[in-house]
Amino acid sequence: MTTTTLIFYILSGVLLSSAVMVVTTKNTVYGVLFLILAFFNAAGLFILAHAEFLAMILIVVYVGAVAVLFLFVVMMVNMETKKSQRMDRRYLLMGIFVGGVLVLELVVVFMSWNTSPEAFELIFAPQDGLSNTHALGALLYTHYALIFQAAGLILLIAMIGAIILTLRQRENVLKQKIGDQLARQAKDSVQMVDISPTSSFRNLESLDDSATPRGRTSRVS
Amino acid sequence: MGGAYLPDLTLVLPEGILVVTAFLILMTGVFRKSTNPQVQQRFGHVALSGLIVALGALIFYHHPAERWISFEGQLLQDDFVYLGKILILSGSAAVVGISLASMLKEHLLSFEYCALILLATVGMLLMVGANDFLSLFMGLEIQSLSLYVLVALKRDQTIASEAALKYFVLGALATCFYLYGASLMYGFSGSTNFEAIATIIRMESAGNFPLSLFMSLIFIMASFSFKISAVPFHMWTPDVYQGSPTPITAFIAATPKIAAMLVFLRLMLEPFMTLYDEWQSLVAFLSLFSMVLGAFAALRQTDLKRLLAYSAIGQMGYMLLGVVAGTDEGIQAVLIYLTLYLVMIIGTFACLLCLRGKGSYGVQNIEDLAGISTLHPKVSFALAIFMFSLAGIPPLGGFFAKLYIFKAALSAGFFGLAIAGALASVVAAYYYLKIVKVMYFDDAPKVPSASYGQIVVLPLKMALILNACALVTLLFFVFPNPILEIVQRAAFTFSG
Repeated sequence: MTTTTLIFYILSGVLLSSAVMVVTTKNTVYGVLFLILAFFNAAGLFILAHAEFLAMILIVVYVGAVAVLFLFVVMMVNMETKKSQRMDRRYLLMGIFVGGVLVLELVVVFMSWNTSPEAFELIFAPQDGLSNTHALGALLYTHYALIFQAAGLILLIAMIGAIILTLRQRENVLKQKIGDQLARQAKDSVQMVDISPTSSFRNLESLDDSATPRGRTSRVS
Repeated sequence: MGGAYLPDLTLVLPEGILVVTAFLILMTGVFRKSTNPQVQQRFGHVALSGLIVALGALIFYHHPAERWISFEGQLLQDDFVYLGKILILSGSAAVVGISLASMLKEHLLSFEYCALILLATVGMLLMVGANDFLSLFMGLEIQSLSLYVLVALKRDQTIASEAALKYFVLGALATCFYLYGASLMYGFSGSTNFEAIATIIRMESAGNFPLSLFMSLIFIMASFSFKISAVPFHMWTPDVYQGSPTPITAFIAATPKIAAMLVFLRLMLEPFMTLYDEWQSLVAFLSLFSMVLGAFAALRQTDLKRLLAYSAIGQMGYMLLGVVAGTDEGIQAVLIYLTLYLVMIIGTFACLLCLRGKGSYGVQNIEDLAGISTLHPKVSFALAIFMFSLAGIPPLGGFFAKLYIFKAALSAGFFGLAIAGALASVVAAYYYLKIVKVMYFDDAPKVPSASYGQIVVLPLKMALILNACALVTLLFFVFPNPILEIVQRAAFTFSG
């Protein structure tokens, strides 16, 4: 028991201090790294609470994808660190005001919080001998099958949207088409011309159009 | 767990058909890689036929007067949902029908457009059929994500990108509101199912509801007020209407509004019905301000689409008036209003898509319509009908829609609101009639450009849909029964 408590305090202590560092640190790259540290500690807390699936998801999704994405953005966008150091007083006051209102609202809600007594009957009963992940999966693929499918549809739409908004079909780009290259035959590209030794090369120029090397490259339209 | 589990899949047959059609369009589109307009138009026809087949499947498999629940209570279909799904499917089909030709003109027609319209329709169907906060959220997200992408389709234009960004940021905020509200509700009731929540709220002693319940109610109401663009959550509407290409504005104006309104109605009347005394003043506030702002803010607009946006805000206000009444009569009035609104708005946009203004494609400003009546008597007559109807001039459909709403509000005792609504509709009549005046009494510009006033497109589909909309609006007072009957049955699901 005491070791668990000790681990809990260590994890939450590191979590809180790295969360504070995320906001206060001047260097944005360090900020993102602190964010990742915070995620790791939160995952540790989840494991302490026997929610190993959430811990895994937190690492895979937030650290693996989101935080790395942040890191890329932060490194690519060249930010002026000088300007962000000065804090505008108006924003500070306004921020404190808005934050205060939100805190007040939360306090009011949680002071008067109660859960309907009937609510507890509706919660799914814990299943014996099943791990967290197993139980979640069993629910997800049966009870929530429709939701699961719909979530897939949402991801598909997001993908279509990203492609529509960023894909630009550039005109006049020469593209390598391997199939065309392999299918190219001598008779398509090589032309045998009889030239009498006396004729000049000028006569050959009229043949240029038909003798363009088809198959090697082709225009994308 | 374990054991055989197979939900009743016929309930989602229309959605399934639409998804399969969308996949078909996407796959063929990706592999054919054709920019040929003929091919693109064929995708539009495939989408249209998918919508019509889905409508057929919906009608064929409907169980009248029955509460048909599947997916362990996630989805349901009753007469109310049935009416909603019919409206959404036919509305989407009509929008695809009127938009194809003009999308082609604007070089916007692509297979992605067709697929996204279909997927957005799937989202709306899921929303309307949802019986659970989770499935509702999924439907909402599918629908709104598709719409954000559709608005951004004309990405080279600054105004379109701006509209898309505004729509996306504010829409995401509204979704956050919804999620916050739904999670508070889950924290309170331990369930996301509408029926379970309704039972649990009913068990709470009246007048002693916990604060978290109100917070949840307010957050969910705010998010759907955003979706139906009721004041004070309307800011995005004019910009998005103006910025997106006109065919897509037609789509945003028509079906998503219907879906959001139906969901709003269902939420208020099923899980939150016990809280009627608490929410009625809030909805009354939304209704009153939407009606007033819709009437006054539109007066100074010169852009037709902005004007229609404010008009939509006003119309939503009238519908909310029926929700405030909360009675059986009120629900019927809202449903009638929704049906006729869909018809009128599709008709209006069909007219706008037919005509061509100065310079660019499509009519932009109100002056673009000057003197158009001499060039195109038929189209301008149809547009005049829709404008009169939106203004609520008897004996057109829009008049009866407003009449039912005011009647329901009066019999529920909301005299002040009904009077305010009537006054607002008098003010609003000014700008609807101004459009008619510009069309019929203003002279065409002295030096018309070569393209001025030409009919851009009036293919068979467009003419068909335009005539159908005009006929419904014109003849509603002669044959109201088909609409009234289905609406009565739909409203009966709440009272019965």
